[in-house]
Amino acid sequence: MHPVLDVREITKVYGESDTEVRALDGVSLRVDRGEYVAVMGPSGSGKSTLMNILGCLDVPTSGAYLLDGVEVSRLSDEQLALARNRLIGFVFQAFNLIPRTSAVANVELPLAYSGMKAAERHRRAMFSLDLVGLADRADHEPHQLSGGQQQRVAVARALVTEPALLLADEPTGNLDSHATEEVLAVFDDLNAAGRTIVIITHEDEVGARADRLIRLFDGRLTSDTRQEPTGRHALALHAAGEKS
Amino acid sequence: MNFPEIVRFALRGVGANKLRSVLTMLGILIGVAAVILLVAVGNGSAQAIATRIEALGTNTLTVLSTGRAAGGLTMKVADALDDPVLAPGVRSVTPVVSASATLTHEGAEHRISSFVGTTPSWFTASNFPVETGAIFTDDDEAQARRVVVIGQTVAEELFSGVDPVGRQVTAGGALFTVTGVLEEKSSAGFQDVDDIAVAPISAVRQVLAGYGPLTSILVEADDSSQVDLVQSEIGAILNRKIPAGSDGAAAYRIQNASQLLATQTETAGTFTTLLGAVAAISLLVGGIGITNIMLVTVTERTREIGIRKALGAPRRVILTQFLVEATLLSVIGGGLGVAAAVLGSRFPIVGVQPVIVPSSIALALGVSVLIGLFFGGLPAARAARLRPIDALRYE
Repeated sequence: MHPVLDVREITKVYGESDTEVRALDGVSLRVDRGEYVAVMGPSGSGKSTLMNILGCLDVPTSGAYLLDGVEVSRLSDEQLALARNRLIGFVFQAFNLIPRTSAVANVELPLAYSGMKAAERHRRAMFSLDLVGLADRADHEPHQLSGGQQQRVAVARALVTEPALLLADEPTGNLDSHATEEVLAVFDDLNAAGRTIVIITHEDEVGARADRLIRLFDGRLTSDTRQEPTGRHALALHAAGEKS
Repeated sequence: MNFPEIVRFALRGVGANKLRSVLTMLGILIGVAAVILLVAVGNGSAQAIATRIEALGTNTLTVLSTGRAAGGLTMKVADALDDPVLAPGVRSVTPVVSASATLTHEGAEHRISSFVGTTPSWFTASNFPVETGAIFTDDDEAQARRVVVIGQTVAEELFSGVDPVGRQVTAGGALFTVTGVLEEKSSAGFQDVDDIAVAPISAVRQVLAGYGPLTSILVEADDSSQVDLVQSEIGAILNRKIPAGSDGAAAYRIQNASQLLATQTETAGTFTTLLGAVAAISLLVGGIGITNIMLVTVTERTREIGIRKALGAPRRVILTQFLVEATLLSVIGGGLGVAAAVLGSRFPIVGVQPVIVPSSIALALGVSVLIGLFFGGLPAARAARLRPIDALRYE
């Protein structure tokens, strides 16, 4: 079984010659199915660049990136769109919901692009919203929701296509501690249900929730450790019970 | 993702930004409506002029005295023109004297600019039939009876609410009996053609005009195709009858209604072109407005396109959606503009009844829709080509 993510020696260079900046400098990384990985590092360490490449939003300058066993650089524009749609769920720091569009319509969007019928789409979107505890806010527009609620809508949108990989780029960066807890609880649940999650953060307590912690510094991977996750509470025990 | 679904997305996109959508459509609406209406006003005034000149009768020539030569146009000259041998194409010759006079009736007073003395053939030659009553006869003319046919304006001024036929009016100290009222002529001009009184030439000369030269002679040709022939025929006669002045200038001038029509139509054409140019400027300004709104929203839309791409929207779907949005805005705006122009053209504007030129609708609609499509579609196409991350970061 191939890993969900297989990154080999990727570099990302911005600018040319004199003003050249190496955002990523030979990073290799494998993430297997069901892992909950946190990527930490100071500002400018290349975390966001890495995340954008993993999410197929950006392309590396050199190196190979295999998503679910497929070399991404060989994909056409159309196939890339398909990969983003089917394989990846992306959660942004800035939420990036479509303005003046209801929560449920936002969540339906990826399904619409995959060509699903309206009725089925709506059913799944509601299910997904229910999962993040916002089924009762389905008709609210983004500006009528709090930051935490908006991010939960964004999470619902990311997981509505049941992607192999959930990528979150500082999902709690714009949230207060209460909203952070809301969103992280959703991630815990999802991981417990077997989803692969890669999350970028600079908050230690967020990193502590993952079962694998990767540190980046100046575009290089400096440490990669497995850890006993905190904050799973009964859910982790429940998941363990299911596995055995 | 199929096309109806994309159209539904586009509709939602238009509906999600109501103010912006309405402003865009308003810009297109005003541009389109202004062009169509202004061209319609120019066209309407051109047609009004043409109708007025055609009402004079295109087979009528007017001989005018240039006033320099002594003698000039006399009754003798007029009689000489009615010559079946030298001028076989002439149907009738009508001498005309014109004076200004004040008409009074039971205390009501009206100053009239053209009190015309003529023969009964005037009514057909100048295409001015009576509505009620009758015209005066050759016998009235021969006997110099004081009878008069008045225009609508005169009838309204002197006899409001009363039938003027059979009543008497005073002009120049003499009593005239009204025998008829002329039909109203459509006069969109600067001169009221209905402000007129027509009486036998003999009577008018006795009472008002005196026995000086005629004001003009109307010559009616048998057929409008013979007008040019008749013009040369009577020209030959006139050259013999009224010798040119000492400076060699002709003592008379022949006015041809079809020539007049051609000149006036040309003038009206210039007028329409001028209005069209003003309209084109307003379309241009409208177009810049559309361009502006479309470009200003690009930042927001580019981010939105980035989000949509990150969620797995293929480029084709994004492009189609934004093109459909731009099409909807420009077509609805343009359609409303056409509707507004058609509605507006039913009412007279600055005294002119606008007549819509169909090609101006096509032009105005075409130009604004193309502008909308181009400036709505182009930035979207550019954004759809960006990498999602670049679109998301676009400021």
